[in-house]
Amino acid sequence: MPMRELRIAGFAVFLLACAEPVQAQGPYGIGRAATPAEIAGWNIDIDRNGNGLPPGIGGVGRGREIFDQQCAVCHGAKGEGGIGDRLAGGQGTLATPKPVRTVGSYWPYAPTLFDYIRRAMPQNAPQTLSNDDVYAVSAYVLNLNGLLPSDATLNAKTLSAIKMPNRSMFVDDPRPDVKNTACMTGC
Amino acid sequence: MTEPADLNKDIATTSRRRFLREGGALLGGAVIAGGLAGSEASGASEIANNLPPNVPEWMKTPGDPMGAQPYGAPSPFEKGVIKNIPNNLSQYLSASGRTPLQDLDGIITPNGLFYERHHAGVPTIDPAQHRLMLHGLVDMPLIFTMDDIRRFPSQSRIYFLECSGNPGYKKPYGKTASDLVGLLSCAEWTGVSLKLVLREAGLQAGAKWVVAEGADAAALTRSIPIEKCLEDAMLVYSQNGERLRPQQGYPLRLLLPGFEGNMSVKWLRRLRVAAEPTYSREETSKYTDLMPDGSAREFTFYMEAKSIITRPSGGQRLSAPGFHEISGIAWSGHGKISRVDVSVDDGKSWRQAQLQEPVLTRALTRFRLPWHWDGQPAVIQSRATDETGYVQPTLVELLGVRGENYFYHNNAIWPWRIAADGEVTNANA
Repeated sequence: MPMRELRIAGFAVFLLACAEPVQAQGPYGIGRAATPAEIAGWNIDIDRNGNGLPPGIGGVGRGREIFDQQCAVCHGAKGEGGIGDRLAGGQGTLATPKPVRTVGSYWPYAPTLFDYIRRAMPQNAPQTLSNDDVYAVSAYVLNLNGLLPSDATLNAKTLSAIKMPNRSMFVDDPRPDVKNTACMTGC
Repeated sequence: MTEPADLNKDIATTSRRRFLREGGALLGGAVIAGGLAGSEASGASEIANNLPPNVPEWMKTPGDPMGAQPYGAPSPFEKGVIKNIPNNLSQYLSASGRTPLQDLDGIITPNGLFYERHHAGVPTIDPAQHRLMLHGLVDMPLIFTMDDIRRFPSQSRIYFLECSGNPGYKKPYGKTASDLVGLLSCAEWTGVSLKLVLREAGLQAGAKWVVAEGADAAALTRSIPIEKCLEDAMLVYSQNGERLRPQQGYPLRLLLPGFEGNMSVKWLRRLRVAAEPTYSREETSKYTDLMPDGSAREFTFYMEAKSIITRPSGGQRLSAPGFHEISGIAWSGHGKISRVDVSVDDGKSWRQAQLQEPVLTRALTRFRLPWHWDGQPAVIQSRATDETGYVQPTLVELLGVRGENYFYHNNAIWPWRIAADGEVTNANA
């Protein structure tokens, strides 16, 4: 990774020296080089371990304020659901006839909460919350699920450290798992 | 936004005026007389007037002039053939609309009837301002314009696309073929092989996944195994000969033949080559399959072999005993359909149906079976087998392994019940 960062840094300097965009040198010579700044602006992916989480901090109290203003209309005052998905509760229901899939009962990784809220929420104005506010709302949703105390704050390190209750319950695809036979007569 | 519609209206009006001025003058009173005759006549006599031995009214006056429809639309008599969109949803930004499969022939879905699934509405994207960024574990991160993408060597392929939840496992089950499996369509896609685009940037060691992101308000994100990206994945800009419709990802979408539909990310704006999946919300909390013991299957990509009879099917009625062709569609995410068997006696015996050529990999295949209905109640159904030897299962078999909470990837056989009066209903309902 240090090698790659060095290359990217060197590349950025090279770009600054050029007025024209750099042409690609692949087999077809199509496209132009993407600059580190362009990539940084668009790459908002956060993986399950929290890699990619930005600097910032937000607490449950601030999260409750934002949630009441911007989230509750769809998700309910306590995340009980409405037009939008239910976000809280449901732990212990997944193996019952009426499973309730929520952040607390189903989601395997806490950093995904930040990733999804930042890229897609609130639905009427995605990518408008500050990073601090996304941490805050993440904290409040986890608090609604009993996974964070009311006085807690979250940053990149503490969000990555949270172990979600359902984390160990995901398995690989074993299909084909159902076998039928092509019976033609006397079936 | 209203400009193009107004423009079309102006063209149509202008054409009609020109016709009335030039053609109408030539024909004298004939145009007016024809119109009045239609409105005055009663329904029954109007029909009789158009049947042998009479000459139908539409032969006695010229038809619509050229230019009446700058972009053609179906006959007004087909106005009932539209997308099957639920009318009771609490919101329509993250929702789906179904293809009316029972009203279509062949294997190609018209673009206006192609099924839709959006997660945050349909964005309106100016192709001149759209960019595809390719970065991550590549030698040279790249940005492409739409003109760049169209400079790559192109290819056209026919593939089906099917939503992962089509249908669910719980009652109530749908009444029509569209209600049941209408989140399924098939088109000829034109674009560039993703493999060529990835090679343009140069894959680095450790490249195992490609994370794709849409330019919609959900910035929808899915991770795709690199093997699929180097096999048959495409970056698509045209569908059935014309540019993608906005609902299908205009100006650029990913297409992953045989994989669940949501992975073919629409409005594609970013591809990040990575060592691991991104574990996005869609691939952890959403498109995962809940088992009876509370565990959940993740990264369940393939749509397994499936078929359904579309004629006769739920909501239709056989007019009388006698000859009726049974016709339907079969498909498999694992390759070609090798055979389709049809039963007309509630599954006791089966006959091999004829497959309409061409039988293409990961495309719809049309099957047919000639049938003489004796007028007695009957249950008809189809069962697909694909080239891997996999046989489409029954709903009971699926439920026995997966349970009712599984939700996605239901590829069950769907039987239709035909009553003595010819009415066709869902035999599982």
